[in-house]
Amino acid sequence: MSGWNGQTIDELRGALARGAITSERLTEHCLERIASLNPRLNAFITVTAEAALASARAADAARASGAALSALHGIPISLKDLIDQAGVRTTAGSQVRRDVVATADATVTARLRVAGAVFVGKNNLHEFAFGTTNDDSGFGGARNPIDDTRSTGGSSGGSASAVRTGMSIASIGTDTGGSIRIPAGVCGVVGLKPGWDEIPSDRIVPLSRQLDHVGPLARTVTDAWLVHETLAGRAPGLTDRLDPLPLKGLRFGRLTGYFATRIAPDVRDGIESAIAQLARAGAVIEPVEIAHAADIGPVYLHLVMGDAARYHAATLESRPGDYTAPVRLRLEMGRYILAEDYARALRGREVIAAAIDRALSGRAGLLCPTLPVTAPPIGALSVPVGDGDEPVRSAMLRLTQPFNLGRQPAISLPCATSPAGLPIGLQIVGARAGTTHLLRAALACERVLEF
Amino acid sequence: MTVERWLEAALADADRRGMPELKPLLQGLAAATAALRGADWNERADGDATTPATGAPARTER
Repeated sequence: MSGWNGQTIDELRGALARGAITSERLTEHCLERIASLNPRLNAFITVTAEAALASARAADAARASGAALSALHGIPISLKDLIDQAGVRTTAGSQVRRDVVATADATVTARLRVAGAVFVGKNNLHEFAFGTTNDDSGFGGARNPIDDTRSTGGSSGGSASAVRTGMSIASIGTDTGGSIRIPAGVCGVVGLKPGWDEIPSDRIVPLSRQLDHVGPLARTVTDAWLVHETLAGRAPGLTDRLDPLPLKGLRFGRLTGYFATRIAPDVRDGIESAIAQLARAGAVIEPVEIAHAADIGPVYLHLVMGDAARYHAATLESRPGDYTAPVRLRLEMGRYILAEDYARALRGREVIAAAIDRALSGRAGLLCPTLPVTAPPIGALSVPVGDGDEPVRSAMLRLTQPFNLGRQPAISLPCATSPAGLPIGLQIVGARAGTTHLLRAALACERVLEF
Repeated sequence: MTVERWLEAALADADRRGMPELKPLLQGLAAATAALRGADWNERADGDATTPATGAPARTER
């Protein structure tokens, strides 16, 4: 093997163990891809080439010495640029933090480092993770690798683009309303939002500490599992495997109502086809509605705006010109939320979480599109969603944000391609404290989805 | 404070701060706040003590 040709972590760990490739060569390949593609795609804010090559050589030396190794040993990984890596700046995609250099690793970074991962750089994101398109970044917007006139989705847009193109083999993102699953969906990779508080979020720039989740973007479900286990402090070894659940007889709820209206026709057709494939393979698909779904948007808005305003109030006063204009305006809006309405939203979050839990009862997961649309054009303010137009931000968030309120694990899998060649993601939602079970169900689905 | 009076004050404050571009966002927030206050799980001081619990089944589920 002379370089990377679309292989997964699962395949690469074997190739590295056999000596078919070295970590140094694999890392060189990722750095070559970054040098070639990043000027167009803007997926990275910072590239740590020299440190990455040094880490890769150290990983190869450890392998040669016969040390016990984890699955991620020598694998090039990137970090969304709001996660601290000691000695590297953490910009959060904003000029507000352009000179802030991390003095220590985030816990997730430290766990990856102990596992032997090689850090190739920090990925672009929607400024302060406060947006769904990645159009608004203090370091320029990211571009979709499938069609560079379109959005990568956000806020972890650079991460999804990097994984899709092999600039890194996996990336670590964050998800407050869909920021892992949305870019995964529109870039055609796997994105996992684990259950809330499952992965430590220290030394990660927050958007809303009660809604923020940390998780992987990867090429396959197995790769997402390998990274997730490492982030959770249970680094898998070279032979550990994820077993799929038997799909025959496995019960899924297909979300109706809120989750099945205002869906673009190409997305609706792709999801119909995917669910039909699952049913033909023996999965039991049952319609289910989530109560109080109409309240999801207002509840989410008041929580995330209030929390973000709390974090940004001081710099909105002292450095307003260092924010992008759209992000600054939304942050300013959050400063007007009344305490009584924030408290109502806290109560609403509990009501919605319980409603989702009830819909999951007795089921392996809930199914719906990750987004109601494919990747929107860069700069679009609204998108067509079947019978009319909808603002881009609300359309992209609408189907993912419920599970940040509910704190259930959720994953986006590529499941179809639109007639225009754009990826469509299937979202599978699992029970709280059931991330591994969700991943086993998702692996079973991944194996039957053909498109 | 009613949503209407809150919005009136917020719009005036946006003008005072020289941020008229904030006004459409505040109007959108007002609509979301009205929806939040109208949700059927809200509790009232003069209402039934057994207002919807988080574990209670809701009307629209099946």
